[in-house]
Amino acid sequence: MPPGKQKYVTILRTTRLGNVDWILKIHMPHTELRWTRKHLLTLEALSPEEIRFVLDTADSFKEVSTRSVKKVPALRGRVVVNSFFEDSTRTRTSFALAAQRLSADLIDFSEKGSSVSKGETLIDTARNIEAMGVDIIVIRHPAAGAADLLARTVNCSVVNAGDGAHEHPTQGLLDLYTIRERFGKIKGLKVAIVGDIANSRVARSNLWALTKMGAEVILVGPPTLLPKSFEQLGARVCHHFDEVIGEVDVINMLRVQFERIKTSQFPTVREFTRLFGLNQERFARCKKNVFVMHPGPMNRGIEISSGIADGPQSGILKQVTNGLAVRMAVLYLVTHT
Amino acid sequence: MRTQYDEADIKRVMERLSLRIAAAFPPDQPLSVIGIRTRGEFVAQRLADLLGKKGFTKIGLGVLDITFYRDDLSGKGAKPLIRPTEINFDLDGKPALLVDDVIFTGRSIRAAMDALADFGRPSRIRLAVLVDRGGRELPIQPDFIGLMLKEVPSDHRVNVRMTEIDGRDEIVVEPKI
Repeated sequence: MPPGKQKYVTILRTTRLGNVDWILKIHMPHTELRWTRKHLLTLEALSPEEIRFVLDTADSFKEVSTRSVKKVPALRGRVVVNSFFEDSTRTRTSFALAAQRLSADLIDFSEKGSSVSKGETLIDTARNIEAMGVDIIVIRHPAAGAADLLARTVNCSVVNAGDGAHEHPTQGLLDLYTIRERFGKIKGLKVAIVGDIANSRVARSNLWALTKMGAEVILVGPPTLLPKSFEQLGARVCHHFDEVIGEVDVINMLRVQFERIKTSQFPTVREFTRLFGLNQERFARCKKNVFVMHPGPMNRGIEISSGIADGPQSGILKQVTNGLAVRMAVLYLVTHT
Repeated sequence: MRTQYDEADIKRVMERLSLRIAAAFPPDQPLSVIGIRTRGEFVAQRLADLLGKKGFTKIGLGVLDITFYRDDLSGKGAKPLIRPTEINFDLDGKPALLVDDVIFTGRSIRAAMDALADFGRPSRIRLAVLVDRGGRELPIQPDFIGLMLKEVPSDHRVNVRMTEIDGRDEIVVEPKI
């Protein structure tokens, strides 16, 4: 967007309330920014304008999901490959459904049962998949930087669906979308991200995006799972949940990633739950309109108690719904000739 | 050929267009007026306003974003922002008037009809355009035309600018950049 004055347009809308059609007059910001990226690898690389662009585009796709025909022909004839080298429920099905709602053809590829288990390298696998005429590769991989490596190797678009503890950009975007939907803004909000920060790509993507959009991020966790170095990324680091619980607008509870945690980092599950779990007693000390999020899958009763996860202030299922719209937006935007 | 039309010209053209439309639909029956984003949205708003002044009482005003339905979408590198389609009323069984600023190849209108079909089943669809510049690539013709520009060379564009978004009203025939 060129610097200077924000451009506005005046639009009229018919809305039916009761039995009367009302014509509403709305002034809305008009952007002339255009999306030019071929890949989505990190949120660290995106400008605030680009992040807003994806969120605004996702608005259009959310509308598609409310229609009786929940499908548009935008990516007709395109091929999307879901390649997951790590287990996933939400992200994988969300990308699959997003591709299908855009009328793209979808190939589901997983490590198990493929030639990867015969020792084929990531690059060889990707090049072979690409040679079949693929337009977008969605990749989830346990190694940080895997998506970036792929983007430098293949000619098609690459979307990072989580690379090790590095980034999970679509999760970050859907978290922002959900926060913006709830509060109408992101700027000025205080967001606590709680739990196993060190191993969390969700925390990193959220941290980059939230700080770019003007929110204050407070990272909360035990010193073993939350190194001081995170302060250099622009976050407040806090080792006592109770210190900040009363001041935050959003609490994003992370999953304790037992598969990644070394025993030396983690005393006992009970101690973690006592110090960092979101239970009713802590919840009672939160701001009245606090918004609770969790990227899933949840360890119920460990980092979050069931009553809160299923309660009225939980945005957990909204995150999943919005994830679909955000991923449709991302697949649509990265598609190129 | 004239290449420049100002605010007063557009006002006259819109008035003429609205008269023709008013003559074709009963004013006491529902009519859905659907603008095609971007400039068509504002032409539709003004038409709905003029029709209202002519006694049309049951106008539903909506806007259609046809980006998802275009057949030339992925040919362009950079993508403009899409806004949600907003048709917050029922289209079924009522006539719908599609409105665009300029008709050229007819491909936008084809896309718009595809898009409209995903929202409902109007009893009939009619097409109104502010400018018809010829050059059709599909068998699609407007029912109501504001201004006919027959001799626009193919390397020229017809740019409609609307105050709501461009800060001024004008129609200009310009060489493509």
